[in-house]
Amino acid sequence: MNIKALGGCCSRSTANYENAVLAVKELGLDVVVEHVSDVDEIMKLGVMATPGLVIDGKVVSYGRPLSVSQVKDFIRKAHPEIK
Amino acid sequence: MDILKAIGDFISIQLLGMKWLNDLLGRLIAVLFGTEFATGLWGNAIQFLFFDFIKISLLLCILIFIISYIQSYFPPERTKKILSKYKGIGANTIGALLGTVTPFCSCSSIPIFIGFTRAGLSSGITFSFLISSPLVDLGAFVLLASIFGFPIALAYVLVGLILAIIGGTIIEKTGVGEEIEPFVRQGENVDIESPKLSQKERFVYAKDQVVATYKKVVLYILIGVAIGALIHNVIPEAWVEAALSSNNVFSPIIATIIGTPMYADIFGTIPIAEALYAKGAGLGTIMSFMMAVTALSLPSLIMLKKVVKWKLLWVFIGIVVTGIILIGYLFNIFGYLFI
Repeated sequence: MNIKALGGCCSRSTANYENAVLAVKELGLDVVVEHVSDVDEIMKLGVMATPGLVIDGKVVSYGRPLSVSQVKDFIRKAHPEIK
Repeated sequence: MDILKAIGDFISIQLLGMKWLNDLLGRLIAVLFGTEFATGLWGNAIQFLFFDFIKISLLLCILIFIISYIQSYFPPERTKKILSKYKGIGANTIGALLGTVTPFCSCSSIPIFIGFTRAGLSSGITFSFLISSPLVDLGAFVLLASIFGFPIALAYVLVGLILAIIGGTIIEKTGVGEEIEPFVRQGENVDIESPKLSQKERFVYAKDQVVATYKKVVLYILIGVAIGALIHNVIPEAWVEAALSSNNVFSPIIATIIGTPMYADIFGTIPIAEALYAKGAGLGTIMSFMMAVTALSLPSLIMLKKVVKWKLLWVFIGIVVTGIILIGYLFNIFGYLFI
């Protein structure tokens, strides 16, 4: 699994990244969350409003910071085998 | 008709204007410090300070909640898709209108600029959007209505939108809108599906926005209200009148020049405007000041410079400043129609 947290400009994006890291840890996954702050990288994914979350190359959320449990829900949705 | 007017007055004076709160605070100060202090210079200043701070904070939180809820339907990704269907002056108008409902912060202006350009939107639409976005929003409208009444608030929104539409059109028609950094065009346009949010998620988003926005602007409001209280009660009326009343031909220009480099939220600007107005500054001068503070600021211009060339940046500044000064004169001359 590949997880990216998008956005590096404001505190909302940092919170989003930290929550993603926590969610992965709490689910006991062996995944390193990538923090993408390069505007061009983010634009290539079609996102203009950060923070955003990408799971396996697919943008699942953007424009709002996610809480830990919201990130967990997105991970479970993408990988139903994870409890 | 009389009933309608009574309801309108009640909304703007008591509900939005919160006159009851002002009366309550006045009495409280009189009870605590005596009538003599309460009706004196500093008593009045303290009353203004508390009243304005509480009023603006309350209105702001309620408004941000409602606005964010509406905004959750218009992320910039969706706005981009909507705009690419329109052409010509109609597109500029829709660009300016969407600017008022799309969530905007200075760190998203660059991605929005690049995204719009890569989607093939004309420079005119992009600039109409960029001008109206910080200048006109629902929050400013309601706050203005609470202080100056509905007609003036409506007029502010209307001239703000017209400035955005005309500004964008000029930038496109003169061709100067092509003066952007080459890397902006190098890249593909990517459209993504808007995530489907449940009502609950929209409410959570709106609540988070209230907390985040209030934290961000509370300092501006405090500073604005403090300056307002000072102007309101300590600075002599004659000074304000000499510099900023409509009798001074240069007042809109003075107000615009002072306001342009200032970086403040519209919510921090309104108490200052309110106090200046009460001291005899011209209505148009106040409008110029508020628009100059919110529409242009050094940080946002520095951001914009990363994607456009100097020529376009100067034309952009020139158009917005000229427009704001003209609006000031317009309101100073025709403002009596609204009061």
